[in-house]
Amino acid sequence: MSELTLLLIRLAFLAVLWFFVVAAVGVIRTDLFGSRTAPAGPRKGGKPAKPVVKPKSKKGEPRQLIVTGGPLQGTTINLTETPITIGRANDATLVVTDDYASSRHARLFPQDGQWIVEDLGSTNGTYLDRSKVTRPTPVPLGVPIRVGKTVIELRK
Amino acid sequence: MSEAAVSPVPMPAKRRGAQLVMLAIAVAIVMGAYANVGLAMTGSVPAGMLTYGLGLGGLVLAAYLVLAKFAPWADPLILPLVTLVNGLGLVMIYRLEAAKMPGASATNQIIMTGIGVVLFSVTLLVLRDHRALQRLTYTAGLVGVVLLISPLTPGLGKEINGARIWIGFGSASIQPAEFAKIALVIFFAGYLVAKRDVLALAGRRLLFIDLPRARDLGPVIITWAVAIGVLVLQKDLGSSLLLFGAFVVMLYVATQRTSWVLIGILLFVGGAFLAGQLFSHVGDRFDVWLDPGSDEYYSREFGGSYQIMQGLFGLGAGGILGTGLGQGHPELIPLAFSDFIFSATGEELGLTGLMALLMIYALIVQRGLRTSLAARDPYSKLLAGGLSFILAWQVFIIVGGVTNLIPLTGLVTPFMSQGGSALLANWILIALLVRMSDTARRPPPQAIQNEGLTQVFQR
Repeated sequence: MSELTLLLIRLAFLAVLWFFVVAAVGVIRTDLFGSRTAPAGPRKGGKPAKPVVKPKSKKGEPRQLIVTGGPLQGTTINLTETPITIGRANDATLVVTDDYASSRHARLFPQDGQWIVEDLGSTNGTYLDRSKVTRPTPVPLGVPIRVGKTVIELRK
Repeated sequence: MSEAAVSPVPMPAKRRGAQLVMLAIAVAIVMGAYANVGLAMTGSVPAGMLTYGLGLGGLVLAAYLVLAKFAPWADPLILPLVTLVNGLGLVMIYRLEAAKMPGASATNQIIMTGIGVVLFSVTLLVLRDHRALQRLTYTAGLVGVVLLISPLTPGLGKEINGARIWIGFGSASIQPAEFAKIALVIFFAGYLVAKRDVLALAGRRLLFIDLPRARDLGPVIITWAVAIGVLVLQKDLGSSLLLFGAFVVMLYVATQRTSWVLIGILLFVGGAFLAGQLFSHVGDRFDVWLDPGSDEYYSREFGGSYQIMQGLFGLGAGGILGTGLGQGHPELIPLAFSDFIFSATGEELGLTGLMALLMIYALIVQRGLRTSLAARDPYSKLLAGGLSFILAWQVFIIVGGVTNLIPLTGLVTPFMSQGGSALLANWILIALLVRMSDTARRPPPQAIQNEGLTQVFQR
């Protein structure tokens, strides 16, 4: 084996190693640049469904649910068409371990472009800003919803 | 049946295709490395390339199939990244074996990798919901402590190279501490989820620090005592640092109180300093760390700096681009196939290769922490965070040790070092992370009723 060949092999190997790292970062690109690139993942399946969702999403529509207070602070859930349940039960979308929360505490669901919060008969109640939620109420952007010690907000 | 309901939801995709491609690239890189070693050392492609390469390929393909079937939403990157690190470790061990280094055995390591993959699959198969582990909190704690102290049992424990961390069955021996660390992280996660409100909220504020109540210090003191006990009785600095670091970080993650970190660091540094004064084997490490180049330490027979200096010479010989696989002399570093595999790799791949390797570790840890962020309940968050942290912490302790950034402690480089126990334990750890990322990335459970049929009524 000549020196030159070995040198070339060595450089090529290092380049391939870095290529792997870059490729790995490429795969997780969706994490780095937010959820907007996420639908690009399922290239075939995602496309037909998208135009149906797109026209509805107006400027003022919330995209994310952010936990701003309590033990789960910092958690974000991307809002989709799926309702979100909050409670201590394991099958809730947001599982809170909190003595002040019921197992099925509250529910958030979209209706006509708005998100509605509904208390599911919890013991300690759900609060939208300062008022207790007694019936399904629309949630404006950035207004805190309290469930036990957890505070959540809808953001764009 | 859920496919139709899920499709309009822009959730993270499964990315199975991307995972398979990345796996193929990882295996191809490993085979390329084998070929490179052979070409440099004997001038021809080694006969073992196909058997080793295809062996590794077959193993990870099996792991991939299990993952695709039983954890379809799992993170697409974890398995390929681990495969590459494991494969590079195999190549380095093969290369050292080819250089007639006593103790290095690539065959042994690939068999262990095989068993590791089997354990990975078994963990995924048996553990369908990782939250079942929460019920085993105290059992895991007990198992962890028993495993940790088992080498001290007379007759069962073995002392090798000055550290009493092995237990032997006939000729085979395992390092129970490697498995203990997973059990203990499971215990810490369960315990802290139950107790964190008390730990976070009770206490007085003094200056800028929230002081915890005296009785809440109990578990911290117990863990500290166990860690220092391991340090002193088993002469195992690495496990002691790993264990206590993991506990302090998980405590911090659970309570978000800086005071715990400060208390933890003070306790450990104080304990280690005292141990350094009282016990010669701990003190030796500090001396070597502060002045590895001195003649006295370099020529000392036990606990000297010969090994670490050889490692540093190796890294220096490698430089930026390395000497090339099979063209350096990593066999001159004592234990280059286990504790010092990082130095050996550094000599042959250079700084460029080491940076890529550290990036791969960082990406594995990032995927773990990402799983922790995406998890929807506090227990999974803590468990995923803790497991990723011990992986990162292990890499830091050993890489810091061989580069003389921190005192050298005997820990393995995860997935690279030759050593069955650590490899098996780390494959189980990865299986747990994969299981949790599957749960975290799975689309949220559907509502109980169909929205179209439910009318919102005013009361």
